Amino acid sequence: MSNCNCNHSDNSCKNGMHELLAENVLSDWLKRDDEMNYLRAMPSLDSVLMWSEYNNQPNISSLAKKETAADHIMNKGMDRRSAVQTMAAGLMAGLGFLQTACNPLAPAEDREKSQLEWDDYFQGNFRVMTDKEKEETVSRLERMYELNTGQRINISATGPIPGVLYGYAFNISKCRGYLECIRGCINENNQDRETGMQYITIHEHKKGQMNFGEAPDNFYHEVPQDGHFYIGTQCMHCESPPCVDVCPVQATWKEQDGIVVVDYNWCIGCRYCEAACPYDARRFNWQDPVVPENEVNHNQHYLGNRLRKKGVMEKCTFCIQRTRDGKNPACVEACPTGARIFGNLLDPNSEIRWVLANKKVFRLKEDLGTEPKFWYFMD
Amino acid sequence: MEHVHSAELPFEAGKITDDIKPKIIRAFLKDAFNNVTRGGVGYHVWMGTLTFVMLVGAYAYSIQLREGLSVTGLNDRVSWGFYISNFTFLVGVAAAAVMLVLPTYILKDVDFSKAVLIGEGLAVAALFMCLAFVTVDMGGPARIWHMIPGIGRFNWPSSMLTWDVLVLNGYLFLNLTIPFYILMCHYQGKHPNVRVYVPGVIISVFWAFCIHLITAFLYAGLPARPFWNSSLLGPRFLASAFSAGPALIIIILSVIRRFTDYKVENVTLGKIALIVTVAAQINLVMLGSELFKEFYKPTHHSESAVYLFFGLHGFGALRPWIWTAISMNLIATAILTLNPLRNSHKWLLPACAILFISIWIEKGMGLIIPGFIPGPWGKIVEYSPTWVEICVALGIWSMGMFIFTLLVKIAIPIETGKLRYSATANLTETKSAPAADL
Repeated sequence: MSNCNCNHSDNSCKNGMHELLAENVLSDWLKRDDEMNYLRAMPSLDSVLMWSEYNNQPNISSLAKKETAADHIMNKGMDRRSAVQTMAAGLMAGLGFLQTACNPLAPAEDREKSQLEWDDYFQGNFRVMTDKEKEETVSRLERMYELNTGQRINISATGPIPGVLYGYAFNISKCRGYLECIRGCINENNQDRETGMQYITIHEHKKGQMNFGEAPDNFYHEVPQDGHFYIGTQCMHCESPPCVDVCPVQATWKEQDGIVVVDYNWCIGCRYCEAACPYDARRFNWQDPVVPENEVNHNQHYLGNRLRKKGVMEKCTFCIQRTRDGKNPACVEACPTGARIFGNLLDPNSEIRWVLANKKVFRLKEDLGTEPKFWYFMD
Repeated sequence: MEHVHSAELPFEAGKITDDIKPKIIRAFLKDAFNNVTRGGVGYHVWMGTLTFVMLVGAYAYSIQLREGLSVTGLNDRVSWGFYISNFTFLVGVAAAAVMLVLPTYILKDVDFSKAVLIGEGLAVAALFMCLAFVTVDMGGPARIWHMIPGIGRFNWPSSMLTWDVLVLNGYLFLNLTIPFYILMCHYQGKHPNVRVYVPGVIISVFWAFCIHLITAFLYAGLPARPFWNSSLLGPRFLASAFSAGPALIIIILSVIRRFTDYKVENVTLGKIALIVTVAAQINLVMLGSELFKEFYKPTHHSESAVYLFFGLHGFGALRPWIWTAISMNLIATAILTLNPLRNSHKWLLPACAILFISIWIEKGMGLIIPGFIPGPWGKIVEYSPTWVEICVALGIWSMGMFIFTLLVKIAIPIETGKLRYSATANLTETKSAPAADL
């Protein structure tokens, strides 16, 4: 019986020490091709063409939206975006009739899917949406997922809690390099299993120096190694984030509660933010991300762990889907040694404030002036 | 039939609305189309070859669109590569047109007038290539409308990328409209109105400096990447651009005057060569200054330069590139600096070609890639372009050469007086082919 308090059921802890091979942690979700029955939402030209046909049959009720895009165009005052929509829709409608003539038996579900994909393409920037538009957007995404996989998910659009500013502290003395935080993060945040994307990096430093360049970050051996100490890095959620400044389309921004987020639907994939980040916090979807359906975390947030698509940027969001519900991020929860502390910087009674007041804390690359909200300290 | 007479009135400067009428534009476009679709065997083989390479590039790009950017050599460590390298270099080529525009239009230096339309055509082709290279580098090219002000969210003035979008498109507009106006006037046998085009030219001179400086600021504005975060980056961009761009123009003018009856005097080439020489010398001075700063007392921030020139922790994939570039640069600058060699075309043309290639390496593989190596936490992941990237890049270069050939094919007969607006011919819809001997 393990005398460690990490709650591991697989008995991987002996004598209070995690004799854990990192390979086990990483490989069990890397080798699941056989279990993969994940259906991808691939918009096809056919499905887009069917959209117009759908709009000519008003008796088919729209499940995700109360009004169709056509109603929207006809009933509302026209801004420039709807003008573009109208013009494009006109063109597509013409082609759609042709399509109908050739294939009159398109299933209603396909038509709905095309309609939703159409709306998805013309969706605006999440940051400037009204609450109603946000609700419509997340319910559309939920419905699209259901149509594609048959599974129901819950996507939240919860905004920041007033009076909350999140901060994070990392106890270098306690971290022993078990990588449980990485596993917890990947499971929570639906990261691509095929490329093994990680938001968190654990650097194994030799004692007597702190040179990141010489500290391995993809070690596959027993931890903790003698004569070594461990430091984790991830998104520092800077108060003055350079990634936000450089984004040409405002697809990434800092929320009221200090979390730096990405609108995956708005990102154009130029990767300027990735070049601007001094902390190596940003991750790009170089290909279609794959998460086996039975591993998908169904409790999602629009700005957080909802499933991404290829060609967009993503990053740590302090588990926005959890933290805005008052929970800790998955990495804090997963850490078996208690090295990770998370809380509200504006609450004088929070643990993070206690750490900042009573420990000698420091931040990485402070000279760059990005004001990270991620501190390091030692016991 | 009164229009016949108006076309016969030569050399009379008028208002822009007099010079450019819809009817004349129609005739111009028709003549231009006839002209570019007719030519000798060599012309058709050249255009056919470029089309073939463009199709290969399109095929490679279709694979990238389907599979994602994972088919490139890029990754989260080196997130920009061959595409952005070529983009950066070509902005310089586009900017270089200004070195010819300035003396021709404002100082009325007759020598350059033959070169300037070619220079502006080159700028247009280079800008189309720039925009194409940025587009193929994007993860979501279909969402590019997110950048359009009004319907999208244009993060101006905060993001340097939005500045770059503005200056590149503005420069493209200037370089399309000014030569178009001048060609339209010459097409009708008129002198272009100075008050119409000179303000545009003055703006475009200023603008050309902006496009390359702002492209340099894209990189120099990132404190996360010490290799780029240097105040010398912008000036060095200008110096290298004003040597590589005019060097290319010298080569192109030599080819044009050999294969067409478009007269380019030796003295014109000589003056452009002088520009190339001075710019190349300044570029070398700045290179020396950078090398001194990086290697006299190397710091943590010099690691990228160490990696680039000497390799780091056993990695050194860029060493052959940069040493090739530096050697070629030194050889070319030496040839250009010696007056007898520069004045001999046997030496001038190879020197220009060598210089052009050396700066292509220096501004591409030698500047963009090492900015990412080592990464923010000192980790080294090396990069080399995949066949998809190389094919897409070749396709875009072919597209640029295709566009440039079309522009030159239209401009040369107008400039040599072989292609003129003929009201009678256009009224009676005769099928007489315009002079085409390119």
